[in-house]
Amino acid sequence: MDRLQEYLKKERAQEWRAELRGTLKAKDRTNMERLSMPEEDPAVRSTNYVEVNTGLSEEQAIHEARRCIDCPDPTCITGCPVGINIPKFIKKIETGDFLDAAVVLKETNALPAVCGRVCPQEVQCEQACFYTQKLGKPPVAIGNLERFAADYEQNSGKLSIPVIADRNGIKVASIGSGPSGLAFAGDMVKMGYDVTVYEALHEIGGVLKYGIPEFRLPNEIVDVEIDILKKMGVKFITNFIVGKTASIKDLEGEGFASFFIGSGAGLPSFMNIPGENYIGIYSSNEYLTRVNLMNAADPDYDTPVISGKKVAVIGGGNTAMDSVRTAKRLGAERAMIIYRRSIEEMPARVEEIKHAKEEGIEFMNLNNPLEYFADENGRVCRMKLQKMELGEPDDSGRRRPMPIKGSEYEIEVDTVVVSVGVSPNPLIPQSLPDLNISSWGTIKVNKENMQSSIPNLFAGGDIVRGGATVILAMGDGRAAAASMDKYIKQKIRAILPLVKEFKSIGEILEFAGK
Amino acid sequence: MNKIVEKVYFSDYVVKLVVEAPHIARSRKAGHFVIVRIGQKGERIPLTIAEADLEKGTITLVIQKVGVSSIKLSNLEVGDKITDLVGPLGNPTHIEKVGTVLACGGGVGVAPLLPIVEAFKNAGNKVISILAARQKELIILEEEVRKHSDELIIMTDDGSYGKKGLITDGMEEVIKREKIDRCITVGPAIMMKYVSLLTQKYKIPTEASLNTLMVDGTGMCGACRVTVGGKTKFVCVDGPEFDAAEIDFDEMLFRLNSYKKEEENSYQRFLKKYQKA
Ligand SMILES: Cc1cc2nc3c(=O)[nH]c(=O)nc-3n(C[C@H](O)[C@H](O)[C@H](O)COP(=O)(O)OP(=O)(O)OC[C@H]3O[C@@H](n4cnc5c(N)ncnc54)[C@H](O)[C@@H]3O)c2cc1C
Ligand code: SF4
Ligand code: FES
Repeated sequence: MDRLQEYLKKERAQEWRAELRGTLKAKDRTNMERLSMPEEDPAVRSTNYVEVNTGLSEEQAIHEARRCIDCPDPTCITGCPVGINIPKFIKKIETGDFLDAAVVLKETNALPAVCGRVCPQEVQCEQACFYTQKLGKPPVAIGNLERFAADYEQNSGKLSIPVIADRNGIKVASIGSGPSGLAFAGDMVKMGYDVTVYEALHEIGGVLKYGIPEFRLPNEIVDVEIDILKKMGVKFITNFIVGKTASIKDLEGEGFASFFIGSGAGLPSFMNIPGENYIGIYSSNEYLTRVNLMNAADPDYDTPVISGKKVAVIGGGNTAMDSVRTAKRLGAERAMIIYRRSIEEMPARVEEIKHAKEEGIEFMNLNNPLEYFADENGRVCRMKLQKMELGEPDDSGRRRPMPIKGSEYEIEVDTVVVSVGVSPNPLIPQSLPDLNISSWGTIKVNKENMQSSIPNLFAGGDIVRGGATVILAMGDGRAAAASMDKYIKQKIRAILPLVKEFKSIGEILEFAGK
Repeated sequence: MNKIVEKVYFSDYVVKLVVEAPHIARSRKAGHFVIVRIGQKGERIPLTIAEADLEKGTITLVIQKVGVSSIKLSNLEVGDKITDLVGPLGNPTHIEKVGTVLACGGGVGVAPLLPIVEAFKNAGNKVISILAARQKELIILEEEVRKHSDELIIMTDDGSYGKKGLITDGMEEVIKREKIDRCITVGPAIMMKYVSLLTQKYKIPTEASLNTLMVDGTGMCGACRVTVGGKTKFVCVDGPEFDAAEIDFDEMLFRLNSYKKEEENSYQRFLKKYQKA
């Protein structure tokens, strides 16, 4: 039995857990109904930006927590990319020790209030839950419970600031302040490092700020986490593009020993069909950035956005759902999803699709754009679509969409948001000719330790995975922190006897590198 | 950082700001630009770096008052700070020794043209510069450009300074007189379009530096996209300079007007607030 298993067994055997299990028969637990997340009224919420999910009450959370049977072999954990001790935190909720539940979450998840809101639980922990696997019943609402415990802690005013090891004075940096960079920074600062996070934009948070809208993830939630990092001593420098404002070499000269690259998958893809550059056609990144980061919907802010009455959003992922629901809130009469596969194959979170339907979004599945047309001012006014049908499964196992001949037709549109994927941000790779890059433009790393082909550069998140998820990005950040710590300590150990001859850690590392 | 240390009015409409930005001053090259945001409610706008002083750690920006953001920026005084300033962005101009270079700048496009003129001159080229504007007051940086040029020609639409005529008139005269190996143009899109048509006629390789709308300036949004040689390019990461003959200027002109209505509204709101204050 490996150590993790052993640890989980030991934890589960603790008296309080055993006792708690005894308070209610497993049979009675499994007969309880899953509680649904309370939500704002779709008719009202589709006209404003308030968060759609309002969160479980204490009673509701305890009820849901009691459904969990505290399995001897908790399969849910295998579904969690960062291995949260799920039954333990749930049982802490059942006993009403909500703050303790949050502590359990934070042992492995740097941003539980964020993950509770945006993780695709239905394909992770909840998919692996005993209820789904063996009972064929709706799983324990692990995501909702995670959010509950994290929010409870945020609202309690008793946010714990993690214990920090003695400062070691070694400077390390994260390039990018998305979830991967934040998770990396949190772990490094805990280990005593002097951590600086460089961010190209004027706001910290990466996609959490510029991409995911307020109605799904309020900025406040992210800011609380960033504040804690600041209190722990992490320095944030905005408006600084590593590779442009200063090179990695320059920063090494300023004493940085090692770097984590979490620069994300920023570059939006277009379909390269005729008319795609007409006015009123956006990438989802631009559309969402204008609204989320630049506040374009508020007339007090200078940034404009075109958002018309007939908005077509091309794509089926979370980004497409976020864009189409934003369009609705900006006053669209028709807000349409145009996706070339069927609804079952859409990669968006199930909850986002549900919410979008409730808000009156039209789903035009099995449709593919062919061309756009504009009025005399170059503003998009119509588009040509083609109907599709599903053929044989492709490499991804999804059935391949095939065009139906002669099915072309046109619809009127005045705004289009193209949300067909992103590719890795090329700024860092461009500035480092020696860095090993895949043909997709992602940074190649050793999967074991997130180390790139340049020994003191580690990388993770979307820049390594292409487009991924918040939780995977965070997991990478943490894995990179652990191995960077090892790497630095090894170098120092090797050199310790000679240390007196060097003026800075940077010099030591440089020597050690040779 | 980002503190304004010097402010000079070139005219009622054009202001020069010297701003503390030591990292950018060190890293920038001719052709680079920055993105600025003024105030927490401001938008992000691109501005080319006209000059940099390594010792003082400053960069020079030249701003023409055209809308809310440029007016807000021009209203800042020495000692004020620019809320956000990031760069240097874009690719530097490809500078090499080619022989004779014709540098054509219009309006505030002369500001970004200046470092390019200087760099081509320093690389050993003969540089003939043509500056054009509607009227005398709108000609900027004349002395600075003259310093790095072998010859300077000034063209105004109304003839109030230099020669009367369009920039292309001045260019054609030079082209007929001597062999030009490379042309560089920075200015309003419509001007660059005609510059490009002219140099195509004479088969002179021409680079145009584009000033599209931008948001992030890091390749993240696509607001800056243009069609070059039939392919979509992002000006902020693929440019800002492209082979002028390949650029779809008509599309660019349309896209520059994307927010005409919105900008006008925002400008009116701004004026109202401004007048109240
Ligand atoms: C609209 C949208 C909705 C999404 N919804 C979900 C969801 O519901 N659930 C989910 O799990 N995932 C979702 N995702 C995906 C998820 O957000 C990403 O996988 C995750 O944010 C990746 O994190 P990251 O740290 O790798 O990069 P990012 O969050 O992209 O952050 C990278 C940061 O680095 C900065 N940067 C880049 N280059 C430099 C440089 N050279 N110097 C300094 N800074 C630099 C960038 O400006 C950016 O702020 C969504 C993505 C989008 C766009
Ligand atoms: S698998 Fe489901 S029931 Fe079992 S411990 Fe995990 S959450 Fe509880
Ligand atoms: S300005 Fe956003 S991609 Fe160029």
